[in-house]
Amino acid sequence: METPTLAPTPEEQFQARIDADVRIEPKDWMPDAYRKTLIRQISQHAHSELVGMLPEGNWITRAPSLRRKSILLAKVQDEAGHGLYLYSAAETLGTTRDQMLADLHSGKAKYSSIFNYPTLSWADMGCVGWLVDGAAILNQVPLCRTSYGPYARAMVRVCKEESFHQRQGFEVMQTLCEGSAVQKEMAQESLNRWWWPTLMMFGPADDASPNTEQSMKWRIKRFTNDELRQKFVDMMVPQAEFLGLTVPDEKLKWNEARQAYDFGEVNWDEFWSVVKGNGMCNHERLQARVQAHEEGAWVREAALAHAEKRQAREAVAVAA
Amino acid sequence: MNNSEWPLWEVFIRSKQGLDHKHVGSLHAADAAMAVQNARDVYTRRLEGVSIWVVESKHIHASNPDEAAEFFDPAADKVYRHPTFYDVPDSIKHM
Ligand SMILES: [Fe+2]
Ligand SMILES: [Fe+2]
Repeated sequence: METPTLAPTPEEQFQARIDADVRIEPKDWMPDAYRKTLIRQISQHAHSELVGMLPEGNWITRAPSLRRKSILLAKVQDEAGHGLYLYSAAETLGTTRDQMLADLHSGKAKYSSIFNYPTLSWADMGCVGWLVDGAAILNQVPLCRTSYGPYARAMVRVCKEESFHQRQGFEVMQTLCEGSAVQKEMAQESLNRWWWPTLMMFGPADDASPNTEQSMKWRIKRFTNDELRQKFVDMMVPQAEFLGLTVPDEKLKWNEARQAYDFGEVNWDEFWSVVKGNGMCNHERLQARVQAHEEGAWVREAALAHAEKRQAREAVAVAA
Repeated sequence: MNNSEWPLWEVFIRSKQGLDHKHVGSLHAADAAMAVQNARDVYTRRLEGVSIWVVESKHIHASNPDEAAEFFDPAADKVYRHPTFYDVPDSIKHM
């Protein structure tokens, strides 16, 4: 007797498309969990771009030259653009901009913890560009091939713009490192503060990251957190050496057999504490966001009222 | 202050004179003039375009992806629409 072959379920058909590297588009059928996970991941990413403007915006008026100021302004403007690309991508999944912003402002939605650290010196503009954007690039490049079409296309645009961000940061660091002893010290002090929080940007260790497996299966994540963290360390250590800076990790050591650097353990207590809202700037960042949103409300309402009035006037003109 | 979200617009950009406008993404704006201006700031910060079209998203009608197989089926068995379907003798030139 022949065993009857069961028709594939929608879930199986969906997974087969993903396995064949066929992109999923907004109106295609998708499992609820895929949709929800993506909305969370993309909006969280968008929020990070938005909140990420604050620590750098802090230095725009105090940039040491007009050149630096123009560059920093352009970079911060790019981050606003990244947020907008990503919000649009998330909206194709059925959520709204208002809902996402409400979730950010109420503290329900998360953003990257790195932006809860303060930018205390000009060298921090170097470290943010060089390290933080550097880490973001490593996270983002694989997402250009992520399974959800609008997300992948948004990431392609983001990645094109990111490399200038990292280069300008490196240039700030290089200039300081080639400057006076005090300037070099400022660069080192900044690296000391940013190194570990940057390593945390890749998320918890693989054995503490239960969603990784499903996300990899859906191809909305293409490398594990630890893989990316290792890649980052291997990439950055030679750059720090070039600058003549010391990476603040006593356990950092080249491993000839692995052809990679061994490095120390991230302080996960600190990581979770910042995620839970107890970082140095969590409160300040969120408050700045909410304030900007609330103070801009009248502009949004006035623009809408103006558009409606004009539309009504045009309708009358057409009817006449 | 909810329900005051600005309408959604789809943005199309001609990257170079002589090329088609291509869909690049979407944005919110109160009206068409603002949509064009926002599109310039969001999607052409590095001279990516020489012309912008915006269309309010609600005006776009799309084919149904669930029926894509049947919908596009009529073209599937008409290989004779492609020049490669025909064998041209080697001695024939300019065809
Ligand atoms: Fe960005
Ligand atoms: Fe960036």
